[in-house]
Amino acid sequence: MPSVHFTPNLRRHLRVESTEVEGHTVSDALSRVFRDNPGLRSYVLDDQGRLRTHVVIYVDGRAVRDRTALGDAVGEGAEIHVMQALSGG
Amino acid sequence: MLLHLGTRKGYLALRRRGRGDWRCERTAFIGDPVSQLLPDPRDGRLYAALNLGHFGVKLRVSEDGGASFTELPAPAYAKREASVEEAPSVDLLWCLEPAGPDPGSLWCGTIPGGLFRSDDGGRSWALNDALWNQPSRERWFGGGYPHPGIHSVLVAPDGNRVVAGISCGGVWISEDAGESWRVRTEGMFAEYMPPEMREDPAIQDPHRLAWCEGDRRRIWCQHHNGFFRSDDGGETWTSLDVPPSSFGFAVAAHPGDPQVAWSVPLVKDECRVPVDRRMVVARTRDGGASWEPVGRGLPEGDSFAVVYRHGLDVHPGESVLAMATTTGALWISEDLGDSWDLVTAELAPVYCARFDRS
Repeated sequence: MPSVHFTPNLRRHLRVESTEVEGHTVSDALSRVFRDNPGLRSYVLDDQGRLRTHVVIYVDGRAVRDRTALGDAVGEGAEIHVMQALSGG
Repeated sequence: MLLHLGTRKGYLALRRRGRGDWRCERTAFIGDPVSQLLPDPRDGRLYAALNLGHFGVKLRVSEDGGASFTELPAPAYAKREASVEEAPSVDLLWCLEPAGPDPGSLWCGTIPGGLFRSDDGGRSWALNDALWNQPSRERWFGGGYPHPGIHSVLVAPDGNRVVAGISCGGVWISEDAGESWRVRTEGMFAEYMPPEMREDPAIQDPHRLAWCEGDRRRIWCQHHNGFFRSDDGGETWTSLDVPPSSFGFAVAAHPGDPQVAWSVPLVKDECRVPVDRRMVVARTRDGGASWEPVGRGLPEGDSFAVVYRHGLDVHPGESVLAMATTTGALWISEDLGDSWDLVTAELAPVYCARFDRS
């Protein structure tokens, strides 16, 4: 199963832990994370479900291309990292 | 007397010990931008709006005077299925006000231009469709931000009369608690627009509205192109000449005397610094017919201080003014603005200063 990791900076605001979830796309995987941790959703996605401007997601070391629907594919065993973009600093 | 400050780097509460002697007795959200605060006089709750650079806007509430906060859902736009790339998302929680006598009823003005209401202390929010669906909204635009925003919401005690200021979208009035709205900007003008659009209500840029609590027919408006006064609750507006400059962001209305108001002038829109870099407050005591620069104790030169639109507040009963700046200074006047004491010059840029009214 894909693993999802979050920037530790999020822990200033709420509980967040690395987790393994089912999913074939970034959207699938995050939806499962948000099901268990609904408060996390608005920290990563905006009102329309788009990736926040200053958040970036890497899948196996590559930044996702689809920041609107998060449709980038994730393979079995993928490493998904949700990070702060330095543009927001 | 207690003063709440929302700054670029957190929340502070300062309590008066004596003239010019205010001590910080509480902080929260250190390092995070606090865009707005509402110390709610109805139930003692303290609402704090955050604008986390990476993680979006957040809303927190404290029921113990700011010692601890819990998270509330922030106002948000419903998800749209069509043209999702252009669909709105809240960029900034810009103003928070009680929506009437019932504790827990709240208005929240936002960028990009949505007015949200809660009737359960912020646990849920609904977009005010009557304002959002105004046909003229397509002509609103951002002033200083990419999108238009609601920064001022004046609410009569019964909650029915509401006056909202939008940069840039005009002044909107409701008589039925937001069920219906009309725009009223007669007398205002916009020199930043083509001549044929100069008086279009939907493109006016009121920077801030303030009314006299003792006579709500008297509303003051610091506008992008000048300073305006209404004598009829916002129906019509009269342009006033405020020396040394009619440009600025902040305005405060005396709570009991409709003849008294203050603004904090800057040179003009393309040069946002104090005139001659001398910081002054402009005060009228005759309804705006004449103004005097006041500010004994303020910097007489070399000042780059700007007071944002929520950075000037007047205490409801004590003739005390608080003024906080983008340069991180907090000034207090205890004589209606004649003289000022510097409390601290070491803050981050201040977004809002609000006296506790509970």
